[in-house]
Amino acid sequence: MTMRHTPLSDAARGAWPAYKRDAVGILVVLAGGIAGYFLFPDSLALLTRIVSIALLVLSLDLVVGFCGVATLGHAALYGIGAYAAGIVCLRAGITDPFLLVLIGAAAGAVAGIVMGAVLLRTHGLPQLVLSIAFVQLVQEGANKASAYTGGSDGLAGMMPAPIFGVFAFDLWGRSAYLFAIFLLVVVLMILAIVARSPFAMLCRGAKEDPVRVEALGVAIRPELLRMYAISGAIAGVGGALGMLATQVVGLDGVSFELSANSLVMLALGGVGSLYGALGGTVVFMMVEHMVAAINPFHWMTVIGGLMIGVVLVAPRGLAGAVDDIKRRSETRR
Amino acid sequence: MVTFFSIAVDAVAYGMALFIICIGLSLMMGLMRVVNLAHGAFAMIGGYLASYATMQLGFGYFAGIALAVLGTTLIALPLEPLLYRRIYGKPELMQVLMTVGIAFAAIGIVNYLMGPTLKTIPLPPILATPVDLGFRSIAGHRLFVIASGVVVVAALWIAIEYTTLGVKLRAAIEKPDMARALGVRTSAYFLGCYVVATALAAFGGAVGAEFLPIEPFHALRYIVTFLVVVSVGGAGSILGSLFACLLLGAIDVTGRYLMPDFGNFFFYLCVIVVIFAYPNGLMGRAR
Repeated sequence: MTMRHTPLSDAARGAWPAYKRDAVGILVVLAGGIAGYFLFPDSLALLTRIVSIALLVLSLDLVVGFCGVATLGHAALYGIGAYAAGIVCLRAGITDPFLLVLIGAAAGAVAGIVMGAVLLRTHGLPQLVLSIAFVQLVQEGANKASAYTGGSDGLAGMMPAPIFGVFAFDLWGRSAYLFAIFLLVVVLMILAIVARSPFAMLCRGAKEDPVRVEALGVAIRPELLRMYAISGAIAGVGGALGMLATQVVGLDGVSFELSANSLVMLALGGVGSLYGALGGTVVFMMVEHMVAAINPFHWMTVIGGLMIGVVLVAPRGLAGAVDDIKRRSETRR
Repeated sequence: MVTFFSIAVDAVAYGMALFIICIGLSLMMGLMRVVNLAHGAFAMIGGYLASYATMQLGFGYFAGIALAVLGTTLIALPLEPLLYRRIYGKPELMQVLMTVGIAFAAIGIVNYLMGPTLKTIPLPPILATPVDLGFRSIAGHRLFVIASGVVVVAALWIAIEYTTLGVKLRAAIEKPDMARALGVRTSAYFLGCYVVATALAAFGGAVGAEFLPIEPFHALRYIVTFLVVVSVGGAGSILGSLFACLLLGAIDVTGRYLMPDFGNFFFYLCVIVVIFAYPNGLMGRAR
């Protein structure tokens, strides 16, 4: 995978300083999120779900875009975060939403380390199949451990406490949505720091040329495992958010389908770009929402065509296409 | 003993049906290095065409299957220059995206044309009756599937081991650069390999409809199993695929008979253990 829009090349082109660009990007996301609150007060549940899935796609971007792992099983981490938060909420009586999100993150991080330890042994096709087997195994496990997870009925009846003890998770999903936007902005801030860190550059280097990075005296696997832990934590936050917003956790949260869809969203937006991951999720889920309302099977045809189109026309996703347009306009000037 | 025998027959027949479908995928991955997640879609199209030919057009079972193989190949043929040729040598992610897209589109279109219900292919009397083997009788259809699998194995084996074409094909799988340097037109084999792979997928989809029921989500539901077979057997290896199909078929069927609650769980656990221990498959070669 070629990676033309690395932070270094941006700096070399004399663009804005990195932190300024990040700050503007996050402010735009924040403004967009708040605008969504006022523009679509009737579909806040959908918007909250988009944010929740966006966290999954962002976390997927960390392992796919930064570490070059081929995975069709990333939803395992999302679902484990959701189940952990849900089970703790039901059984241990912890209902504080912030605490539940942290528990989801911790569970996701642990699961991420386990998954990374399994997947990072191989590359290419075997890795892809391992990831599928992993998510299927987790799903089967969740299905069988019905005493804890509710099996195929799912987990329901969680009663999260109001945020700060004031803003309850109401029927219209107002507080859930604002909570989601808050989490998204926090995660984006953390990721902006992570993505610019020497550690992330090292992971990218290991992805491009592992032999050379190892020759520099770096043990690659622990670094990639660390990235997998971060990724798992963020996926877990997304899962916990989904649990808080819907107060339901189902087997579809740990499915191959969700894993495949999140990979599609990432590729649609642009692998290796955080805002691309975000944009891909929004576009994908909006199209899904609109077309599926007409006929759920037309949706399959449309999204299939969209995926083929992305590969043929914009192999680097929306973010890559935007980059190309920007570059072209710059050379014209 | 009776249980053991019927489990064994079912397992072998299921493994053979898997093999007929998977060997095409394995060859495509070994030769062309394409992760073709749309392979299940071609098997599904084969099943639907066979069902349509027998149920609606009134063809016989064997004619229906022949039509299904022919029809699927005709449908799949234009996709090679239009779509597949663009993803040869591209990163796995692009290949996954394109081929899952094809599978999604196939699901949507098939459901629009044929509806969401399960389709069947009625068996002719000769296959519907049990065959007496002397000491035990066995369902005729199972025997037919096993025989088809044996024929496919033998045909591929002879073609790949004992013909000039096969020698060049093996060369292209083992060391593509060197094969090209020696004048083997590897890209010319790609189209041929693709056609054989889809034809076999359609054949397997039609013949194995008893094991892998024909409905729109067939295209994605079993692709996981197919991928598992290929990566356990080793991409591009006939014997490896055969072995993996029989092994996984045995695990799957036995698990379903003896431990219906935990069958899939052990199936995926086995897969993880095998791939963890043999990243290139049981009979694959290190790249």
